[in-house]
Amino acid sequence: MTRITDTFLANKKMGTTTFITYTVCGDPNMKSSLNILDALVESGVDIIELGVPFSDPIADGPVIQRAVERTLKNKVSLYKTLNLVRLFRKKNKDTPIVLMGYMNPIEKMGYRRFSTMANQAGIDGVLVVDLPPEESEKLTNSLKKNNIDQIFLASPTTDDLRLKKIVRQSSGYVYYVSLKGITGSKISNIKMVKNMVGKIKKFSNLDIPVAVGFGIKNAESAKRISTFSDGIIIGSSIVELIEKHHNTSTIMIKKIKSFTNRIRRVLNKK
Amino acid sequence: MKKINYNKFPDKQGRFDKYGGMYVSETLIHPLKELEQAYFKTAKSSNFKKLYNKELLHYVGRPTPIYYASSISKLLGSCKIYLKREDLNHTGAHKINNALGQALLAKKMGKTRIIAETGAGQHGVAAATACARFNLKCVVYMGAEDIKRQSVNVYRMKLLGANVIPVNSGSKTLKDALNEALRDWVTNVDNTHYIIGSVAGPHPYPMIVRDFQSVIGIESKKQMKATYKKLPDILIACVGGGSNAIGLFYPFLHDKVEIIGVEAGGFGISTGKHAAPLNDGKPGVLHGNRTYIMENTDGQISETHSISAGLDYPGVGPEHSWLKDSKRVKYVSVTDKEAVDAFQILTEREGIIPALESAHALAYAFKLAKKRKNKSILVNLSGRGDKDIDTISSLKQIKI
Repeated sequence: MTRITDTFLANKKMGTTTFITYTVCGDPNMKSSLNILDALVESGVDIIELGVPFSDPIADGPVIQRAVERTLKNKVSLYKTLNLVRLFRKKNKDTPIVLMGYMNPIEKMGYRRFSTMANQAGIDGVLVVDLPPEESEKLTNSLKKNNIDQIFLASPTTDDLRLKKIVRQSSGYVYYVSLKGITGSKISNIKMVKNMVGKIKKFSNLDIPVAVGFGIKNAESAKRISTFSDGIIIGSSIVELIEKHHNTSTIMIKKIKSFTNRIRRVLNKK
Repeated sequence: MKKINYNKFPDKQGRFDKYGGMYVSETLIHPLKELEQAYFKTAKSSNFKKLYNKELLHYVGRPTPIYYASSISKLLGSCKIYLKREDLNHTGAHKINNALGQALLAKKMGKTRIIAETGAGQHGVAAATACARFNLKCVVYMGAEDIKRQSVNVYRMKLLGANVIPVNSGSKTLKDALNEALRDWVTNVDNTHYIIGSVAGPHPYPMIVRDFQSVIGIESKKQMKATYKKLPDILIACVGGGSNAIGLFYPFLHDKVEIIGVEAGGFGISTGKHAAPLNDGKPGVLHGNRTYIMENTDGQISETHSISAGLDYPGVGPEHSWLKDSKRVKYVSVTDKEAVDAFQILTEREGIIPALESAHALAYAFKLAKKRKNKSILVNLSGRGDKDIDTISSLKQIKI
């Protein structure tokens, strides 16, 4: 059992939805970034997706692009991201951390080296946005050897045949991209999302959890999605708060906490 | 050495040995597969080929001639330099071969909206032209830096009815324009076809663009045989993403011909300020495919430099990476300065103003012609240089 699986199971037992957030490592700076992770956990976030900065983030909207550019100015790298997780793990042994990013920095580090270092740092899962299952065999093997879950994306354009393959290859959870578009867009068709989440559940023998992301912006959309999804993922809205308040870190932390608290409350009340 | 059948690539997964593939987020897999299917079903049909060839003949002005540059050849020694005149195509470069082919394919697929990325603006102009010709809506993404460098082409695209969107993210150049086009495509996949301008990007693009550009090599072969009774000894083309180069090289891969690709050496390879991933880069993953790229030690894509906006790209088509590793093609580089000199020499001696991109191929051809004896060298003159007049004049501090 991994920390990710445990988290989903525990939440299911309590009748609540797993709350996942995404922030970019090192945004607005390394120190605040660590404080933000702690604040997220304190205000009820269950799993942390930590973005690894990459110069060409093709699946991300303007909010996350700008965050990545901020961090690259400070030379935040995959190494530094692993380091931040190491620091986080000194105090927190329970909250699963998923690295989310693009292929090339991992490619540069080398699959084996990356996987062992990620394991040592206390990383639970890896999601590589531009790595569909067809291209992933070598990285998958290397992650497996290090007991790291690999999360794959499913999208509205994924057909049944591929969906089955994605469900089979994913561990931890399946990340359902709720819309055709980039991060920070708005969900327009909840029914379709529900339908696809249902399909993923049907195709999974092991009852793998499904988390929905891209397009959940506030408590209202979180609540609606949580009625049929095991987990919800919020990224851009939090990154936007960081951008807006990065000059005054106490206010920034306060704003993030109140936002995530509100989401936690609606998820618990569903 | 093991004999390779070059026609068998890419394989079913879109790979050229270890290069190429489909490194994209899940949402793009479906449209890419849909495009691949449409391409094999439609574009390979004789009906489509007939339509396409008619466009090339009557609209583009093909076949383009091969011109023997006698004056320069004599100046340099005993080699004969021939130019494949892609600059004489409608819109002034080889880019139209691909843009028209893909626009025609998009039309057959029922798409109503075209997006494209552009660096120097040549592909943007070609795409905008094809869209005007086939009545398709056209959106061109262009880096804000490039918009400043290529104002004439921006205006041309606008005249042709395209919506030119400046890209302000990252380095504000070609690679960022490509990122933004991919983001648009993910969002509008239902009605939109993305015309990539080079042999870069995820499968099936490197294959589709190569096939549409192969007309350059196929014609060259026929023309050389018909006029000079033999194939050239050496082929030379510039390589940014590498579409004009692969277009010339591909039909010759099984022939006894020496093939050379010329990358943009910028201020010199040793300065690091260049755009020559095959000379000074490593295999990595960028824009949906595995290929040689320029990156820093963290795996972040480097900013590149070339005087020629069309070569200013940190990656290269995956087929070129494979042709490099398999040693079938040799990849060299020339500096900004060498390219500018070649630009000037061709203009003055032959009365042909080449694009700065093509001037890179010329510069290497001139160097080689001095060293070799009695060789025939065919250079792909991929585009005309009108668009570069501003760059050249400001370099020489002349006000037009």
